[in-house]
Amino acid sequence: MLTDLTLAQARDGLRGRDFSAIELTDAYLAAIAVLNPKLNAYVTVTAAAARAQAQAADVALAAGRHAPLTGIPLAIKDLFCTKGVRTTAGSRILSAFIPPYESTVTANLLRDGAIFLGKANMDEFAMGSSNMTSAFGPVTSPWTRRGDNRRLVPGGSSGGSAAAVAAHIALGATATDTGGSIRQPASFCGITGIKPTYGRCSRWGVVAFASSLDQAGPLARTVEDAAILLGSMAGFDPQDSTSADLAVPDFAAACRRGVKGLRIGVPREYRMDGMAPEIEALWQQGLGWLRDAGAEIVDVSLPHTKYGLATYYIVAPAEASSNLARYDGVRYGARTAGEDLAALYENTRAEGFGAEVQRRVMIGTYVLSAGYYDAYYLKAQKVRALMLKDFTDVFARVDALVTPTTPTAAFAQGEKMDDPITMYLNDIFTVPANMSGIPGLSVPAGLDAQGLPLGLQVLGRPFDEQTVFAVGAALERAAGFTAMPGIRAGG
Amino acid sequence: MSLDPATVRRIAKLARIRVDESQMEALRTDLNSILGWIEQLDEVNTDGVEPLTGGTQMALRLRADVVRDGGMAEAVLANAPDRDGDYFAVPKVVE
Repeated sequence: MLTDLTLAQARDGLRGRDFSAIELTDAYLAAIAVLNPKLNAYVTVTAAAARAQAQAADVALAAGRHAPLTGIPLAIKDLFCTKGVRTTAGSRILSAFIPPYESTVTANLLRDGAIFLGKANMDEFAMGSSNMTSAFGPVTSPWTRRGDNRRLVPGGSSGGSAAAVAAHIALGATATDTGGSIRQPASFCGITGIKPTYGRCSRWGVVAFASSLDQAGPLARTVEDAAILLGSMAGFDPQDSTSADLAVPDFAAACRRGVKGLRIGVPREYRMDGMAPEIEALWQQGLGWLRDAGAEIVDVSLPHTKYGLATYYIVAPAEASSNLARYDGVRYGARTAGEDLAALYENTRAEGFGAEVQRRVMIGTYVLSAGYYDAYYLKAQKVRALMLKDFTDVFARVDALVTPTTPTAAFAQGEKMDDPITMYLNDIFTVPANMSGIPGLSVPAGLDAQGLPLGLQVLGRPFDEQTVFAVGAALERAAGFTAMPGIRAGG
Repeated sequence: MSLDPATVRRIAKLARIRVDESQMEALRTDLNSILGWIEQLDEVNTDGVEPLTGGTQMALRLRADVVRDGGMAEAVLANAPDRDGDYFAVPKVVE
């Protein structure tokens, strides 16, 4: 089936005129029509626009003109502003928001010929690890446990993007990662995702959650596909003051480098009490694969790892409380009336934001408030500096780190909902990369005893995604992960 | 430290979020549980540590202070929940 091809294979097929862009796009749209009612991975499907883009792609291909992604159908996380196409951030408050402009990342993808199938569901304002906080309903994972038909979460916050790629109703997807929102859903859904270095992809036009942590990246079926997508998404943008003015390397070529002679660090603090024994075993196996491929495995220490989550849950809510102050029911977004302006603000935000967003805005408000700023926010920024120093010290000795992506496989919808902290613990291995700005990739490496995918995470030096891709591709080759979810196009 | 109901009301007010009295106790429990958990940072010695304020270690760029675009009132107002001509409309503020 056309929907079974990887992005690299589809690109070759399009260029070789084995099939047309409209055939490929129609195959995806047909699969979406069948599967999206089950998965709820898309909140908006832009079928007519996608077909028009595909026809334009076919004209270009017939003329022998092709850009890096000409004719490739993608899902776009509903956090990226798309000109003229509703962009909700998974929130009721933006349920009717139609951006008058295009985000830089999606503009880069359009420049390179990509086709947008629609906007992918997500946790509200990217705050969540389950996709249960979306105002448009949860996303169901295409995976189920063996002999158990309970609906599982795809992870979050990029849950719709991950479910769409895993179920073959998108060839790849954009996503964002503030504390693990690319890597955790990649791990849960058995696909690859990379959060590049902070500054690699422009944040312009991406609805802001925590600006010093937010970073866009791709979700894809293979490491090479992720590398191809990142190559198009990345690049300097003068409209983002923290965008890195660096050339975009050939990430796909880096996937073929191999790991011979690389020094791979194993942080001992990532060996957590209560971590599933299968995850520990898979981690050891992954290190064995890299050793067999010629890498040297080195034990290292990141002493402040255990404080990462607590630091994150000060810094991220603080930045969110500032960023989300813009939703006031006046300039854009939904409004709920009130007898005066203050009541209008309060009613608008009570009605427009879900419970988790309200909780985080209030935590952020508190830790920034007079008298508490030093005790919480300033303290967290200092611990954040220590976390960065941990990584800087370690990367003087090793080229990359390999860890599990998550402490558990996917859980069922409704599980871990009793108290917020249980949910937050999902991100324990992913948050440190956001706190320190370094790149992190998750690659599927095996299945647990219940048949659910487990990912390994590769962390690298700032702006050295190439080594991260090299290590990720080596793990992918050794793992030979071919398992597919029960719910997928043609499945 | 544990937040009392008055402090929770003050936070909600500062955050401009209406919280019904019936939800106040559940919210207080959630916030206290989160704050209690993040107080584990107290055990980290941060004496003499410079705070890390951003996601990048690069110096911020300067740009020329010039007008780059403008004249797009329709686009700016297109998503306004209420407008009056080229203005955003809100309930009367000044008596």
